[in-house]
Amino acid sequence: MSNARYRRRLLVNHFNLTMSLGTMALGMLFLLWILVTLLTKGIAALAPSLFTQMTPPPGSAGGLLNAIYGSLLIVGTATLVSTPIGILAGIHLAEYGRDGWFAETTRFINDILLSAPSIILGLFVYTVYVVQAGHFSGWAGSMALALIAIPVVVRTTENMLRLVPGSLREAAVALGAPMWQVILKVTLKAVRGGVTTGVLLAVARMSGETAPLLFTALNNQFFSADMNAPMANLPVVIFQFAMSPFDDWQSLAWAAALLITLAVLALNIAARTVFRQSSTR
Amino acid sequence: MATSSIGVSFALPEAAAGVDAGASEPPKMSIRDLGFFYGRFQALANVSFDLAAREVTAFIGPSGCGKSTLLRTLNRMYSLYPGQRATGQILFNGANILDAATDLNLLRAKVGMVFQKPTPFPMSIYDNIAFGIRLYDRLSARQMDERVEWALTKAAMWDEVKDKLAQSGTALSGGQQQRLCIARAISVRPDVLLLDEPTAALDPISTARIEELVSELKADYTIAMVTHNMQQAARVSDRTAYMYLGELIEFGDTDQIFLKPARKETEDYITGRFG
Repeated sequence: MSNARYRRRLLVNHFNLTMSLGTMALGMLFLLWILVTLLTKGIAALAPSLFTQMTPPPGSAGGLLNAIYGSLLIVGTATLVSTPIGILAGIHLAEYGRDGWFAETTRFINDILLSAPSIILGLFVYTVYVVQAGHFSGWAGSMALALIAIPVVVRTTENMLRLVPGSLREAAVALGAPMWQVILKVTLKAVRGGVTTGVLLAVARMSGETAPLLFTALNNQFFSADMNAPMANLPVVIFQFAMSPFDDWQSLAWAAALLITLAVLALNIAARTVFRQSSTR
Repeated sequence: MATSSIGVSFALPEAAAGVDAGASEPPKMSIRDLGFFYGRFQALANVSFDLAAREVTAFIGPSGCGKSTLLRTLNRMYSLYPGQRATGQILFNGANILDAATDLNLLRAKVGMVFQKPTPFPMSIYDNIAFGIRLYDRLSARQMDERVEWALTKAAMWDEVKDKLAQSGTALSGGQQQRLCIARAISVRPDVLLLDEPTAALDPISTARIEELVSELKADYTIAMVTHNMQQAARVSDRTAYMYLGELIEFGDTDQIFLKPARKETEDYITGRFG
């Protein structure tokens, strides 16, 4: 082996390794910077009153109770609506319509929806529902978020079901099981961890979406459990309060941002735990 | 291709074949002039034979000769896939199962199948067995317990798993998983059992246990088994079919096929000069 060539290889190796480590460090630097800023500002703003008081007018004390409650209600409703639709559509794509034109079209449209900017989905619900109803509402917010979640759930369900080996499906069919039993009791059961993970990730994605809610749920300074009326929610509160010139509003926005981040972190950890448990068993 | 002449020669009367007492029973399945197509590719042609009741029939032949395809026509498994179709007749309980009107779920409940790779369902050992039973029988909890025990006993694994019925079926060893699949297949009390290379993925000890099991099961079931292992065919089967390029070259008593095959091709394959 020529010595010069070997040294050149070592050099190239070192160069590439350094570059890739450098780019990774650059990416991590900004991520950590964001997290550190969020943590320092957010933790400073944390207080028990966040969970007991409503969003205040500028200059007075307050909390985020109405926004937390509104976010839970809007995201919860959207999850309840999008999960069954997404899973059923995913089952259709993976188990029944593998090759037909109908499935191909659905898959294509779903992929477009998956990558559509969320503000467009918000505008869509604004046009077809909010304008017709004449007012912003929690329902409209849930609709817009469901439109974001459905393609995610469809995609993960289909991908997961396609991972099920054909032999497992055949084994259930060979016992004389009708197709719906095969899907419900065998194939879907085999990938329940993966599908659950997909739903949790969709929930995480919905929790942080702001743009669609601006056009649909808007905001509400007061506590409201009426899904048919404008409803407070964390992302829009962050948007409004962070842009405001008032210190107390800005600190509430930091607190809200920290709460969402922690919630999404918890969901992601839950998703990973569920997935790991179901795949090792 | 001398298929037509071969096709006729299998219609030997059972008595003439001089097999054991089981020979007096009418055949369980009668395959007549079966052809099979994957799209435009013809994988089986002019296959005709009788599947004798309470006997083990082995199908041997080189890879791609159509043995597994043949097995998959007997429970219409191929119907899962568009583009695959069979021609001819397969008579089972007086009806041609290739008819469009055949209820596939009922057929498959009567013609069970075990695959090359163990396929335990992602559920407990108990539920793996109970899944199939629940499809067609409504049993009380006690009857179900008995039936599960019966099936696992039949598959010679009750003693190994009776204390861990709640454990996942996927946690068993490969050989145990395969016996679990056999238990699952017989738990629904089928008439016919199709075994598609059931020991291909197993170690020699597990293979020996499955072979013993097959010999015991033939007292109650009609068994059709595909195997790549000629010793296995010689050990466990009563009749053997040699297939090549989608045709049934020779079919007869296992002893006769292995000791004095009528056709040169069969002899070449069995003695290892080819294949």
